[in-house]
Amino acid sequence: MNTTETPSRIKVITGNAAAAIAAKLARPDVVAAYPITPQTEVIEQISTFHASGEMDCELITVEGENSAMNAVMAASLAGGRVFTASSSWGLVFMYDAVLAVAGARAPVVMVNVNRETPGIIAVSSGQQDMISTRDAGWIFLIAEDCQEVLDLVLQAYRLAEDYDIQLPVMVHYDGFFLSYLSEGVDIPEQETVDRFLSVLETQPKRTVLHPGEKLGVGSHGILGGYMELRHKHVTAMERSKAKFEEIDKEFSGIFGRSYGGQLEEYRTDDADIVLVGSGSMCGTIKSVIDDQREKGVRIGLVKIRMYRPFPHKALVAALKGKKAVGVVDRSLAFGFDGGPIYTELKAFETRMDGAQLVSFIDGIANTDITKTNVDKMIQMTRDLADGKDVPEVTWVSYPEANTKGEK
Amino acid sequence: MMSEVRFHGRGGQGVVTTSKILANAFARTGQFGASFPMFGFERRGAPVTAFGRFSDKPVREKTQIYNPNILVVLDPSQKHSPTVFDGLLPGGMLLLNDKKNTGDVSHENLRKLAVVDANGIAMEEIGLSIPNTVVVGAFAKMSGLLDIATVVAALADYFSGKKLAANEICAQRGFQEVQMFDL
Repeated sequence: MNTTETPSRIKVITGNAAAAIAAKLARPDVVAAYPITPQTEVIEQISTFHASGEMDCELITVEGENSAMNAVMAASLAGGRVFTASSSWGLVFMYDAVLAVAGARAPVVMVNVNRETPGIIAVSSGQQDMISTRDAGWIFLIAEDCQEVLDLVLQAYRLAEDYDIQLPVMVHYDGFFLSYLSEGVDIPEQETVDRFLSVLETQPKRTVLHPGEKLGVGSHGILGGYMELRHKHVTAMERSKAKFEEIDKEFSGIFGRSYGGQLEEYRTDDADIVLVGSGSMCGTIKSVIDDQREKGVRIGLVKIRMYRPFPHKALVAALKGKKAVGVVDRSLAFGFDGGPIYTELKAFETRMDGAQLVSFIDGIANTDITKTNVDKMIQMTRDLADGKDVPEVTWVSYPEANTKGEK
Repeated sequence: MMSEVRFHGRGGQGVVTTSKILANAFARTGQFGASFPMFGFERRGAPVTAFGRFSDKPVREKTQIYNPNILVVLDPSQKHSPTVFDGLLPGGMLLLNDKKNTGDVSHENLRKLAVVDANGIAMEEIGLSIPNTVVVGAFAKMSGLLDIATVVAALADYFSGKKLAANEICAQRGFQEVQMFDL
């Protein structure tokens, strides 16, 4: 084992630092944000970059999240490149502005550090804040590790500001498990990032507000006008799928890292059964898959990287013909007993040539999605493939949910 | 081969920084390090646990560590805590910040004990009882997984100026003064 120092561009940083560094590399004109656990370090880092002159932006330290989102929306509509970051209660407190940003088609880029969401107070990880905001009309991307946090923020600018897209993008990563995880991240040179983002400068200019010029944004629409705006929004969301794949390929050519676009497939080619997951749990699932593969279990992972728009075509293509699919949700879909991603995917089950779906809920409120838990999910998915009786929904870390007693 | 290390201490002792510096040092050798803490609200004095995975292959697991092979205890008042030893693998090592080996630390799977007076050294060198940079030096000696020079180099990512110089001495002294016992 090598114990002495070797030179490298790799820096050991947290997921939060990776987000802040990516924001700095994107050279935003305006950053407005308010701190909240587990996102605070993002804002601390950006403040440090701003104070030292490394970051030449307008930094607005607002009195709350609602102002943060309104400030970046205004700056974005005036033609600026913007950044903000939030989590949980903060995201809830800016919710009306989150919707307004989408309605105005302002290409805002933000990170949301996933945390459980009100009403139960929980300073802990979970994707409930993402789920509570999923129909806001934003593009949602989800990172697995610190490198992907950095890379996705850079890709988010290319997607949001693309002339054919013009939609806000939220990059999600798990609070605690990624926000505070320190690991090696390859930090690209400024020149490389400038080159990657320079494509946007060659595109037609989007419509922006100018002082003294008459232009309405965020004005109201009724009947046909409303439908026109909404339909254009929906089709732009659909267009963003192929665009994201293109950006991923181009990113790979420049930075040498490719993730596969809307989905990352891990050892799925010859797999009989597949787990579908998102975020930091996927790293753990991959390591368990490697162990199980050595024992001859033909198992793979489909990682959702783009959650809004929902990548249903890519998912059907990846899961078609598999025997059984376990969908792991780190959140709840109140009104359904299965998890949110499971419930959405279930609508496409009949197109999967017999693949059967089963729902696993785990990782709520910092509950650890352990290797043992992943082993359990794999076993139950195998049982389903073998025609055994498996419950449709299992709360993996809360056995009381799986018995008939609790009311 | 992967080492799984669990760190126990209290808010203000630099537990999280200890795990970060070591992950940093491993990355500097071309290996892989990943560390993260687990706590709710951040506050001084509250028990803090952190986890470190150090390996010659990329670390993909994002879970807490339940079966460590190495324990690092920065808070001597936790040296008898069953929680600290929970899940320790056979042949386990413990690095303890304590004035001396009091001879009463034991666990069925604990084979190597290393004791360093990190608070004492830190008081002498930096004037504060923040033991973390002494502990990272002692870790290099106990584990044999890192050169002290690499650990000292990693400190530059966390400190600068006079503080860096003082903390470099802390790490060097931790490496030199840690005492090791076979159990």
